[in-house]
Amino acid sequence: MIDLDDTDRALLRALALDADVSAGELGRRFGLSQPAAWRRVRRLEEAGILAGRRVEVDRTALGFGVTVFLGVKLATRGRVSLEDFERAVQAIPEVQVVQHVLGLFDYRLRVVARDIADFERVLRRRIMTLPGVGNVEANVLLTEERRPGPLG
Amino acid sequence: MQLDETDRRVLRHYLADPDLPRADLADRAGVTAATLSRRLGRLREGGVIRSEGARIDWRRLGYEVEVSLRFTLDKTFPRAFDDFIAAAREVPEVVAIETFLGRVDVRLNVIARDMAHYQEVYRRRILTLPHIAELEALMLISTIKDAEALPL
Repeated sequence: MIDLDDTDRALLRALALDADVSAGELGRRFGLSQPAAWRRVRRLEEAGILAGRRVEVDRTALGFGVTVFLGVKLATRGRVSLEDFERAVQAIPEVQVVQHVLGLFDYRLRVVARDIADFERVLRRRIMTLPGVGNVEANVLLTEERRPGPLG
Repeated sequence: MQLDETDRRVLRHYLADPDLPRADLADRAGVTAATLSRRLGRLREGGVIRSEGARIDWRRLGYEVEVSLRFTLDKTFPRAFDDFIAAAREVPEVVAIETFLGRVDVRLNVIARDMAHYQEVYRRRILTLPHIAELEALMLISTIKDAEALPL
């Protein structure tokens, strides 16, 4: 793990908002020369702290009006069924996120659909037919907000 | 904003692999570099692409613990949602806030350096949030898929 100073944290905050800010612009904002800003960004990339870009789109404008989070409990346990479930669930195009969790559920899924009827189709045909799937709880996403996190 | 087949193709490939160099993305989408950049520009101006920020790997910054906290709020207070969300925004370890229609009202994504740190954040900053009726935790074991890709 590398040590970060306040300037590194400021760079991370700026890049988390806009991955395309140039080193020159970052330098001007935070009182660095362009090469110094570039070197710092490069170091953060090499350390794996800057891990690619995250594109957020207006899903409704693209015809995906519904986003649902599913909590999935597996009916049967064991190594093989976890692997089968994970392989099958990742292949569903409407499933954007798959997380293995500990608690009330075994997996958290983020599912996009065109509307509630389309969601029902995905749920019945794709999710409920997954190997080992047991209890499923659905919550429809209303709003989401990403926070800068502990970079202040 | 009206999208044509080319816009959809560009977006589909961009969302499927946002870190692809622009020349390769143009190839995959079957357009020239100039068309790609013009189309992406138009999608940004039209608000279809909302943001393109860097993804920060919190684990690489020493935050080993990630917990999804699901809240049911006491809705007898008319301002329960507003008060809760405003207070949650003040907690630096909260990296995402989502609201739902369903059994869960609000979900917070909380990160911490280790379990001792999590315990401290949980006691001092989470349990003290206003209007909590019920709360349950899902501890993240692993993220198997995390994509913005849409079945366009």
